[in-house]
Amino acid sequence: MMDRKDFQAIYMLWLRQMKRFLRTKSRVVATIVQPLFFLFILGFGLNIAIFPGMEGSYITFLAPGIIAMAILFSSMFTGVSVLWDRQSGFLQEVLVAPVSRLSIVIGRTFGGATVALIQGLIIMVIAIVLGVQISGLRGFLLTIFFMILLSFTAVGFGLILASTMRDFEGFQSIMSLIVMPLMFLSSSFYPINESLPDWLRILSFCNPLFYMVDGIRGSFTGINYVIPPLINLGIILVICIIIMVLGTHFFNKSEI
Amino acid sequence: MNIITTENLTKTFNSFTAVDHIKFSVKEGEIFGFLGPNGAGKTTTIKMLTTLLYPTEGSASIAGFDILKQRAQVRENIGVVFQEPALDTELTCRENLDFHARMYGLSAETRKKRIVEVLTLVNLLDKKDVLVKNYSSGMKRRLEIARGLMHSPRVLFLDEPTLGLDAQTRRVIWDYIKQLNKIENTTIFLTTHYMDEADFLCKNIGIIDKGKIIVMNRVEALKKSIGNDVITLVCSDNIVLQQRLSRELWINKTTLYGSFLTLGVERGEEKIPVIFEIARQVNVSISSVDVRKPTLDDVFLHYTGRHIREQTTEAVVSRAFKPVGFHPRRQK
Ligand SMILES: Nc1ncnc2c1ncn2[C@@H]1O[C@H](COP(=O)(O)OP(=O)(O)O)[C@@H](O)[C@H]1O
Ligand SMILES: [Mg+2]
Repeated sequence: MMDRKDFQAIYMLWLRQMKRFLRTKSRVVATIVQPLFFLFILGFGLNIAIFPGMEGSYITFLAPGIIAMAILFSSMFTGVSVLWDRQSGFLQEVLVAPVSRLSIVIGRTFGGATVALIQGLIIMVIAIVLGVQISGLRGFLLTIFFMILLSFTAVGFGLILASTMRDFEGFQSIMSLIVMPLMFLSSSFYPINESLPDWLRILSFCNPLFYMVDGIRGSFTGINYVIPPLINLGIILVICIIIMVLGTHFFNKSEI
Repeated sequence: MNIITTENLTKTFNSFTAVDHIKFSVKEGEIFGFLGPNGAGKTTTIKMLTTLLYPTEGSASIAGFDILKQRAQVRENIGVVFQEPALDTELTCRENLDFHARMYGLSAETRKKRIVEVLTLVNLLDKKDVLVKNYSSGMKRRLEIARGLMHSPRVLFLDEPTLGLDAQTRRVIWDYIKQLNKIENTTIFLTTHYMDEADFLCKNIGIIDKGKIIVMNRVEALKKSIGNDVITLVCSDNIVLQQRLSRELWINKTTLYGSFLTLGVERGEEKIPVIFEIARQVNVSISSVDVRKPTLDDVFLHYTGRHIREQTTEAVVSRAFKPVGFHPRRQK
């Protein structure tokens, strides 16, 4: 089903995204500033606060959530930027080419994941400089794996949004009405444990983002996690596949 | 051999029918023109033929491949220049072409060779490393035509290729189009709402209006059907004069368009004194008279009762009274 042309197309779509990424520095800065802002303000602002059942410093607890946030925003943006290509007309050029829709989705996903990974790594380095304790090399590699899965899932989610919406206003409301609440329910900012009301814990466990953040926390810092990282990995793999399949499906179906 | 054939091709948006059961065919190697005003359904037709929109009804085949069932093969055999720009403006000209070439699976060697060839054709070789966002609209158009040619398609679709360009650039682009049709034997399907463009480039045209093909024929034949010459009259009483003239057997056809009257005749110059004499007899004074060869605008007017330009937004200088000999190629 996939031939040489499809691999060339994937490479080309990836390369295009890298070039655009490197050429639009202001956009790069803009997407990374928000997570950094959270890391600094909350990290230092709440460092003296004591949460029941939390090990280590607050910033060590917070960093995995912020890494997830950076990757989530950046990848969703990549998915949704299909809208941009639709508005600028460039999507037509991509869609009349004799390559499968699947390779177009894969190319964009790889491009988005690479960009997101670079941003995630920048946050990671800053977090380590700020004194976040890390668990070791094995944990670090596992973290990278989590980051890739999260990125794929978020690009897929962005693709679904881009295929069902016609403008960016819809995207803005989705960001503030769905993504931000999910962020707050993901255990990024406070630990999810018995001291919380039941409804809040149940909501958190229904939130796919919770498993991503918990997984990164378990592998990156090795403390404060709820579910063992490898189980999280399994859960996320399933979510990722579902969202990617849906994203491809929606993208396939959408007309110009 | 027909390289494009359509069968009842139809596209409905909600309840609005943009393209209404059209049926036509294009022969291999020709330049075929779809002439029609804005909103006629030209772009929608191209988007269906290039697999970007699904037809609501009907089907079509390109180079022997079905646009519904063999989408990948159709895409391999076509090149498209869209009506709206479809370039990545954050990339350079060469990067845009390189992107395209790889999407079509050209080898590294062919890629390099073709980039130079097509850029030479549209005269952009020295600007190839400039970011496209710094290009003028004429340059962007030339680049898009070059890109459409990169993979040497069998059919090239051009949707309003000279829309919004200055006269000089349009001329140059027309020459490229003729040249590539001749040299590379690429069949060209172009849409336009400029009559002079269709006239200059195409041998066969279809006139499309409100989603329907109104007439399809050779350009020569369409013009002949109106009469060898068209006389346009502005006078004090159009209705009286038309009634009187319609009794004259040497007039092929008289048509009244509000403020003016047109007559299709043979050897128009010789008929003017006769017409003046007749007008005098019925007490109508003629204030303006014009004799010229029929244009596609007359053809459009004849079949739809409207000028093609009435609905276009651009300020196009009226060509209804264009002097004879504007198109030396067509008018001997
Ligand atoms: N996606 C769409 N949704 C609804 N109406 C559309 C859409 N695309 C085109 N139309 C309508 O279909 C008609 C034909 O449009 P189009 O094919 O672009 O005409 P042309 O290219 O001849 O100017 C127009 O009235 C236009 O408004
Ligand atoms: Mg159009």
